[in-house]
Amino acid sequence: MAGLPHPEHPDITAAMWEQIDAVIERHRGVPGSVIAVLRECQQIVGYLPVELIDAIAAGLNLPRSDVFGVASFYSLFSLKPKGRNLIKVCMGTACYVKGIKEVITRIEAHFRVAPGGTSADRRFSLEAVRCLGACGLAPVMVVNSDTYGDMKADRVIEVLEPYS
Amino acid sequence: MNQVRTQLMLCGGTGCRANRSEAFRETLQQELERRGLAREIEIVETGCNGFCAVGPVMLVQPEGIFYQKLTPEIVPHLVEEHFLKGRPVKKLFYVEPASKETIPKMEEIPFFAHQMFWVMRNKGVIDPEKIDEYIARDGYFGAAKALREMTPEQIIEEVKISGLRGRGGAGFPTGIKWEFARKSPGGVKYVLCNADEGDPGAFMDRSVLEADPHAVLEGMIIAARAIDAHRGYIYVRTEYPLAIRRLEIAIRQAREYGLLGKDILGTGFDFDIEIYQGAGAFVCGEETALMRSIEGKRGMPRPRPPFPAVKGLWEKPTVLNNVETLANIPLIITHGGRWFASVGTEGSKGTKVFALSGDVNNIGLVEVPMGTSLRRLIFEIGGGIPRKKKFKAVQLGGPSGGCVPEQYLDIPVDYEEIAKVGAIMGSGGVIVMDHETCMVDMARFFMDFVQDESCGKCTPCREGTRRLLEILEKLCEGRGEPGDLETLEELSRIIKESSLCGLGQTGPNPVLSTLRYFREEYEAHIFEKRCPAKRCVALLKFEIDPEVCTQCGACFRACPAGAIAWKKKEPARIDKEKCIRCMTCFEKCRFDAIS
Ligand SMILES: Cc1cc2nc3c(=O)[nH]c(=O)nc-3n(C[C@H](O)[C@H](O)[C@H](O)COP(=O)(O)O)c2cc1C
Ligand code: FES
Repeated sequence: MAGLPHPEHPDITAAMWEQIDAVIERHRGVPGSVIAVLRECQQIVGYLPVELIDAIAAGLNLPRSDVFGVASFYSLFSLKPKGRNLIKVCMGTACYVKGIKEVITRIEAHFRVAPGGTSADRRFSLEAVRCLGACGLAPVMVVNSDTYGDMKADRVIEVLEPYS
Repeated sequence: MNQVRTQLMLCGGTGCRANRSEAFRETLQQELERRGLAREIEIVETGCNGFCAVGPVMLVQPEGIFYQKLTPEIVPHLVEEHFLKGRPVKKLFYVEPASKETIPKMEEIPFFAHQMFWVMRNKGVIDPEKIDEYIARDGYFGAAKALREMTPEQIIEEVKISGLRGRGGAGFPTGIKWEFARKSPGGVKYVLCNADEGDPGAFMDRSVLEADPHAVLEGMIIAARAIDAHRGYIYVRTEYPLAIRRLEIAIRQAREYGLLGKDILGTGFDFDIEIYQGAGAFVCGEETALMRSIEGKRGMPRPRPPFPAVKGLWEKPTVLNNVETLANIPLIITHGGRWFASVGTEGSKGTKVFALSGDVNNIGLVEVPMGTSLRRLIFEIGGGIPRKKKFKAVQLGGPSGGCVPEQYLDIPVDYEEIAKVGAIMGSGGVIVMDHETCMVDMARFFMDFVQDESCGKCTPCREGTRRLLEILEKLCEGRGEPGDLETLEELSRIIKESSLCGLGQTGPNPVLSTLRYFREEYEAHIFEKRCPAKRCVALLKFEIDPEVCTQCGACFRACPAGAIAWKKKEPARIDKEKCIRCMTCFEKCRFDAIS
């Protein structure tokens, strides 16, 4: 809540806290707004540390368990920090039929990162997502905001190397 | 005044954007300006044109010339030839794969020629960000008619006569759903639009929203009038940023034109719409879960009855309809229910939009009259299977659906007929699979999805689907045992009968339908430890048959691990110590020599 001291957190700067307060302020008292608040706060910080969830619960005047329950239910929300580059590989049906599995295996082996995880050096986070709506380009991989279609296992490492 | 003589309808759908349509547009705009043509030639960014397979695509109006596979590099040549000298550029025309014939006009391309554009009436033809273009094509005529000339009962009657059934999966008659909600007592009611589109491999709703958002708003206004609701929500997947942006623009424009808000069109009727973004949970496409999610809770379904028409959002009577269902409504009100019912089969009226993908040449969005055969859909419109491979099965209805093998390809697109062969119409995802697809692996894929998305509230779905997945994984890893297939069937039956919501009630369908048509493939995995389609890595030997090997060396050059030995005029050999089992050689070998 505005005025309350903010807990120390290495990933949340003072400027971020200001934005977070503004988001909470805007939604306070609006029924059903917790998902929107979590989404906007995640956009600011990059993920949802426990301290942030606590602050949101206090700000919206909701039980911590409710906010935590919502954050853990929806796959959009991440409770862990992300890598510098986000690789999304499509696990939709079309991409699966066209061989995305081999692409994922290759990324896992080469960069030592499992789906849903982040490599130890925080260079890549790997996410297996559902249909990206670009089935015409299957198999599809999205790195940050770049979309790569027709992604084959023997080309994927070459495509990923420039992202440091 | 500038006089626009030509409009370039450039597709700005997701597929074309991913193929650099934006870079093409910028280059084209600059070139038109440089050549002094920018005043007479206008670029319009449309929603998904549907023919994603050959994107980026552009339609030159009024000539009707259709260009495909555009790149920024081709721009100077295109402008010089077509727009300065008036000579359309042949090498950018569509080429019919079979006859190698080039086809310049859109309506003559077989992909479009067999389609019927009702729901997609405006796709690729209007700028979805301009309400005037929608209105110019009879947009909001249906809403005006419904509000000014019809009673709510008449609206409902017309929708009932049309025979329209929900396009979100279950196929419930829309008119009857509205009638229930109309008759439910209560001062506050809601109209919701389901744009969650959870089926992984379907993108119809997204394309409708991106290409023609006003059609959905108009459908909602008419629904609101019919049940007397004053507030509506559109629940959209957060993964659809472009659809969300276009909806926001459309809602703002509709308000400015007095089509949303207070006293719509001076009729005294109030209705407004808000967008609600989902947060990535498949089960939230289920109606009761969707309503919990809008209320800001964990999106878990609850038992019905009470049905949402009686107790829905915030416990008030609510109508929830799918995007495509709603986009049909303005047509029904404008042209009449009888007109609508003149197309289709006995029990399925109108058209259906499908997202065609997988192992098929013309990947994209297609709309066909109900009653069209699956064969026509896949082979005439879809252009058949790429690289001369053989058709194996087509999956309809995503994780709740089933597969249809070759022998049933002549069945028509019709809710009941499709159900008879063990699949469902579903929301419209159509995944074509060639003979290199392993059906056990596909069943495992869908079960992995269902298991992952099960919300965990009811035990049969939560635990049962996990058990199903374990067995399927076992089969794919070569640890299958006699009796496994019987367990799969028994468990599937129990899950279907005892789950709380549609997720569990339909989740085992892909397993049952693949078992029904491809049982021998399952048996090969169990009794011979063999994957006939050569997809299950654990069951492959990684050996090259020297008899079949043509000694071409393709596998040798492709192997990332240096595990293949090959010399000219000698068959290749795989060193199993070095092999990382990555499957690259299987992909490269055109002679099926590796097993
Ligand atoms: C697990 C599950 C997921 C669903 N997902 C969707 C969806 O993504 N989109 C949709 O329109 N309907 C979905 N439905 C169907 C809805 O519950 C509901 O029947 C439909 O939106 C009603 O609209 P209609 O009558 O216009 O089809 C889903 C149902 C279940 C059980
Ligand atoms: S399945 Fe990958 S984009 Fe649709």
